[in-house]
Amino acid sequence: MAEMVIKNGVVYDPKNGVDGERNEICIKDGKIVDNVGAGAKVVDAEGCLVLPGGVDGHTHCAGKINTARIMSPHDMRYAPVAGLSGPEPRTKLLRPQVGYNTPNTHGIGYRYSKLGYTTIAEAAITPMMARHMHEEFESIPILDKLALVLLGSNWQVMQYIQDGDSEMLKSYMAWALLASRGYGVKIVNPGGGSNWTWGKNVSGLDDKVIDFDVTPADILVGLAEANEALNLPHSIHVHCNNLGIPGNITTTLATMKLLEKVKASQDRQVMHLTHMQFHSYTGTSWMDFASGSDQIADYMNSHDHLTFDMGQMIFGPAMTMTADGPTEYRNARMFDAKWSNYDQELEDAGGIVPLSYTPQHFAHATMWSIGLELALLVKDPWKVMFTTDNPNGGAFVNYPEAQVLLMSDKKRQEVIAGFPDMTMDRISLPNIDRELDWGEMTVMTRSMPAKMLGLDVKGHLGAGADADVAIYDVKPDKVDVSVEHEAVKKALSFAKYTIKGGEIVVQDGEIMALPKGKVYWVNAYENGIVQAEKDRLMTDLEERFKKYYSIQLSNYMVEDAYVPRPVEIRPEVA
Amino acid sequence: MPVIKDVVCTFCGCLCDDLEVTVEDNKITKVGKACKLGRAKTMGMFLHERIEKPMIRKNGKDSELEECSYDEAITKAAEILVAAKRPMSYGWCSTSCEAIEKAVVLAEETGSLLDSTANVCHGPSALATQEKGAPSCSLGTAKNYADLIIFWGCNPVHAHPRHQTRYSTMAKGAFTPNGKKDKKMVVVDPRNTDTAKKADLLLQLKPGSDYVLIESLRAIVNGHADILPDEIAGLPKAKVMELADMCKASKFGIIYFGMGITQTRGRYKSGDNVASLLSDLNQTNKFVMIGMRGHYNVTGFGQVAAWEAGFPMAIDFSRGSAYYNPGETGTNDVLMRREVDAFITGAADPGAHFPQESIKHLYKIPAIQVDGYANPTTEFSDVVIPAAIAGVECDGTAYRMDGQPIRMKKLIETTFKTDEEILTEIIAKVRELKGNGGA
Ligand code: SF4
Ligand SMILES: [Zn+2]
Repeated sequence: MAEMVIKNGVVYDPKNGVDGERNEICIKDGKIVDNVGAGAKVVDAEGCLVLPGGVDGHTHCAGKINTARIMSPHDMRYAPVAGLSGPEPRTKLLRPQVGYNTPNTHGIGYRYSKLGYTTIAEAAITPMMARHMHEEFESIPILDKLALVLLGSNWQVMQYIQDGDSEMLKSYMAWALLASRGYGVKIVNPGGGSNWTWGKNVSGLDDKVIDFDVTPADILVGLAEANEALNLPHSIHVHCNNLGIPGNITTTLATMKLLEKVKASQDRQVMHLTHMQFHSYTGTSWMDFASGSDQIADYMNSHDHLTFDMGQMIFGPAMTMTADGPTEYRNARMFDAKWSNYDQELEDAGGIVPLSYTPQHFAHATMWSIGLELALLVKDPWKVMFTTDNPNGGAFVNYPEAQVLLMSDKKRQEVIAGFPDMTMDRISLPNIDRELDWGEMTVMTRSMPAKMLGLDVKGHLGAGADADVAIYDVKPDKVDVSVEHEAVKKALSFAKYTIKGGEIVVQDGEIMALPKGKVYWVNAYENGIVQAEKDRLMTDLEERFKKYYSIQLSNYMVEDAYVPRPVEIRPEVA
Repeated sequence: MPVIKDVVCTFCGCLCDDLEVTVEDNKITKVGKACKLGRAKTMGMFLHERIEKPMIRKNGKDSELEECSYDEAITKAAEILVAAKRPMSYGWCSTSCEAIEKAVVLAEETGSLLDSTANVCHGPSALATQEKGAPSCSLGTAKNYADLIIFWGCNPVHAHPRHQTRYSTMAKGAFTPNGKKDKKMVVVDPRNTDTAKKADLLLQLKPGSDYVLIESLRAIVNGHADILPDEIAGLPKAKVMELADMCKASKFGIIYFGMGITQTRGRYKSGDNVASLLSDLNQTNKFVMIGMRGHYNVTGFGQVAAWEAGFPMAIDFSRGSAYYNPGETGTNDVLMRREVDAFITGAADPGAHFPQESIKHLYKIPAIQVDGYANPTTEFSDVVIPAAIAGVECDGTAYRMDGQPIRMKKLIETTFKTDEEILTEIIAKVRELKGNGGA
């Protein structure tokens, strides 16, 4: 493959200590290298911002989103973000695009690329549905992908924890990742998904799950320990119990404390907490509901075993989709909204409900503020990932909007000025004047997600990294983001260049090429589990498939045909 | 004798994946575990004859189909589609998702309308989903949990013969270890069907009054039984009350609904009201639904079309982007308006299932058929392209009625091209004819 050199850029590469320097970036065979020959293609960045390609470590982009598409033909025509939403006709190069919260697969690929993102992590898939997710992955062009596999209400998991059989738990976890070609372990409302099959939920860490003698706390600790015993690149990735309920901060803080006792197997967090905004509420009802971001931030600032992502809200229509089945039913009843539900045998629940967030409602205004407060009150950006929990808090095409909010107090105050008075004593955002700089923004959107996931070839521009680069039409040394936030938002929405694996895929905001992305997955089974334990697991699984599953064990695993460009990661065996 | 285990049956939406198929000399000689529909399908013993060679009519509809090469047939198909102003692509429900993906691309490149057999069966369920959502579960969940099973407007004994033993009435699951003994079964149908004979309760409602019955159940569940008349949907009120009581008494209930709901009076409004009933019932106990899809991969068409193009059916690509307005852009909508001037169908038989008005129009326009078997559609097709049978002669993906994808196996070798290959070649030819990469 041809060589390339990016010249005259202002480079931010926090992992390698580069903070706005005019370094050259050299690329060869899809990788960043130290130098290239004189014949290398020159990309002139003209003094613009050069960052590693964006990494979205938590998005709902394949699998459940398809039911959301079928539910919402109206979304296909909705185009609030010009150039990044709504119907667009095919071109010589591009397939037709539609949608805003739930774009078609091609729209997802093109639009993430236009934002300068090059890697996305589907945040919630059951092993049994992984085949479907991979079909959509294959249809999403350009981007590299990986999947977090739902295990927090899984019968096998709960059975082995109940039995105190940590070896079986480990074996099963490794096998589930293999069976689904998954990357990491996701836990949603631990135990609650199982109870939801009976139409019930759990109310906190210490409730008993109906059909197993375990609690959500047991599930979290059990899976975290197995995760670390397998030395998986990513930690457990957790959506806490009691999402979206006033007073849920008690459960969230208890979950954070609970994990203090588990030791990480490597230099990363022991647990990632997702969409923290939805879990940081004080109060006892919607009447006295308020932001608890200060308490969460205090804890995060004094502890180092956790990371989280924002789950920032974007005003306007959203599409909520989660394995948190009881939450979705509650949403549907509360807002008289349409409701889809899916209870996946032995594995997890799931629900989908369209919602709309408005700045005129104090509850939504408060939630919007909490996401930003969390990111701004936590001092170390390496503990915070930028997300909207796409499209639960808002569609990913709004990332530039929310990123600019983090960089401009002025813009925040403009929005807050429109909030109802009832919001003001519930939030602290008006008094926070921190504005993220480009280095911090680069951490939260690239370097931190890659580190949190344990993807060492992503999120930086050092030699050996994948040559995924985003160049934006922003002159960092000339622009005052605080004031010129609209211009910066526009620049972040349409990259000057997006380079994926050494190939220019976006130029001046237009798609130029459609390479196919890779799928990262973790094989901790082959070498990580001894044969005797593999046999023991298989004997048990054969029995369980006969009795409880509705498909054959031999038809369960995702076949190689669905992962044509895999990158298999084998963790070192401890 | 080589026996292939855990074979996926590609006949109905149950997509049973436990068949045992014996292959001798590249012939299937025995199919174990399947029901008789599945066995007939897998062994290729259909009433229809296999299409052996590509064929074209050289001199209009009245001339005979003449054998030709794949190349000729594919070129002719591409020419028809490129020359058309308002082409339509229809069917693609008894084939693999991989082929369906190609059907979407072909429709995009030719500015076609694209629709599936849902247009004449479960299309209204998709509309109901758009109105109220789809509270559902996997078939295995239903097997393990459901203590109340309602078959509404469907007759699994004949249409989905193994449904009751594998997933529903007779299936033994984690919380239903004794099978039928742990469950109650209700049938709602104007006919006393063979399925109804084993039911604990049969509600033989007046044809077309499903909506009234659903609405009445909602009234009872929400505590307004007193406002209901003594006769509901042709049934004594007491019987309706009995069903409502069974619903409330169950721990996990499920409604399996068929075309009796989606294709009778009320259509998608009935399905939409079922979803509302379920939402109400879930306040006290778990209740979900699953559509009894007929063609084994009609669910897959909806899935593929939704992720590729954004909509599950009735898509119009004539504007370059995908436009969707069922009622306007559904197959029979456009055929009856005589708007379509070329037609391609695959793995479906519109000739047997469409209303007379639509078929009349199909006899007037150039039509292309891609299929393994000859059927009434062959009679008006100008280009007939034989295809391998997915799940028998080639592998690929199919989606079960509950949305579970399963990989179909290739059981025997064939010289026929697959649907996917045929579509890929037509697409290449279309691009060549348009001479500009397509746009
Ligand atoms: S029930 Fe349906 S899928 Fe199962 S064997 Fe019979 S025809 Fe095939
Ligand atoms: Zn999420």
